[in-house]
Amino acid sequence: MEAGEERHWAFGTGFTAALSGVDRALPADVDTDDLAAYALMLGDDALILSQRLAEWTSRAPELEEDVALANIALDLLGQARLLLTRAAEADGVACDEDTLAFERDEHEFRNTRLVEVDCGPGPGGDFAATIARLLVFATHRLALLQRLVGSRDPVLSAVAAKGVKEVAYHRDHAAQWTLRLAGGTEYSRERMIAGLDLVWPYVEELFTAHPVEARLADAGVAVDPAELRAEVDEVLDTVFTAADLQRPTAAARAGGPGRDGIHTEAMGYLLAEMQHIHRSMPGALW
Amino acid sequence: MVSAAAVAASVLDPELPVLTLADLGVLREVREQGERVVVTITPTYSGCPALDEMRADLTRALTAAGYTDVEVRTALAPAWTTDWISEEGLRKLAEHGIAPPARIGPRAAGPVPLTLEPPAARVACPRCGSANTRELSRFGSTACKALRSCADCKEPFEHIKEI
Repeated sequence: MEAGEERHWAFGTGFTAALSGVDRALPADVDTDDLAAYALMLGDDALILSQRLAEWTSRAPELEEDVALANIALDLLGQARLLLTRAAEADGVACDEDTLAFERDEHEFRNTRLVEVDCGPGPGGDFAATIARLLVFATHRLALLQRLVGSRDPVLSAVAAKGVKEVAYHRDHAAQWTLRLAGGTEYSRERMIAGLDLVWPYVEELFTAHPVEARLADAGVAVDPAELRAEVDEVLDTVFTAADLQRPTAAARAGGPGRDGIHTEAMGYLLAEMQHIHRSMPGALW
Repeated sequence: MVSAAAVAASVLDPELPVLTLADLGVLREVREQGERVVVTITPTYSGCPALDEMRADLTRALTAAGYTDVEVRTALAPAWTTDWISEEGLRKLAEHGIAPPARIGPRAAGPVPLTLEPPAARVACPRCGSANTRELSRFGSTACKALRSCADCKEPFEHIKEI
């Protein structure tokens, strides 16, 4: 490296607008508050799961898996940045992706509760639970993004078209681990089953349309999550059958929905860790 | 003065410096409008951390070549595919010990099929040429690579995965 040639690798250092040069005209007849809220919902799902997956860095069962989970987290973070930038833009208020990620409080996050559940690596969690959640999340998000490619919002459509390729890898990775754990030892199988039981109460919420989603689906901008159920069920059942697992039966967890900013007790701890540097040292760069 | 298109096409990828941005297929367009140069690039993956570096490298190279008004735009659509890596790019990758991606063509319509086993695709070892290789991990040192190993020469190697 030559003298004076400064190298920056970390996001947050001199990063220009994530959507620079992307066609970002807002569809004329679409409610921009709804569009901002919807971009936030999809962006928060990706951001919060990215944070959860990053917690496994250096803690995964093997080095390759460490790299894999970090890669998946990075893909989701990339999607989150684009979606949060779109939300800020549609909102028309002076804020950006960093403000949205680091300066909102718990009740302002619009992610579904599935992504915030503590699946480890700390106490109470487990690698198998992390895989169970990734399987459900990626299967759902892949079905969603495939349909969102047809969105009338050019940014959502473009983000979705890229995301489909990435999330297909995430889903297949989780599906292959599900087979490996369920078909491994009696102990690994028990843990896979326990992992699915841990996340299953949050699955129902994924298919319940928020009023914003319903309105924007009618306007040709969003996807009605209820539409995704048949495809998601079919993929999950294929994995369960191949792994000789029963579909979990745990009832939906009360409370929520996360889309209204009503979260579980895990969310505050997650945000404290994710936001504390930014809040302690506003505007700091490295 | 060298044309802006030629300058931009010679800039190397920051993570795979054996390839130019043109070889990799991320350089989508270079337009000269009088004094002004507008370059359009596309990310390989949504979270690719090299994108900012590419912007800076393009601006630096064009400025050094005498272009004073340079704008680098990002296009998300159409989404990058490994099919955009040039023939020259594939050859350079193999020469440098990275197994190049196979050509995949346009994706079929409908849901993406589920893959329950590591794909049986025969990826040749870039060192010894053996087809007797296996996937160690679908995720490698960068978002675009998978990790494989060769059963004949026993060496691990990276493979640009097809997307």
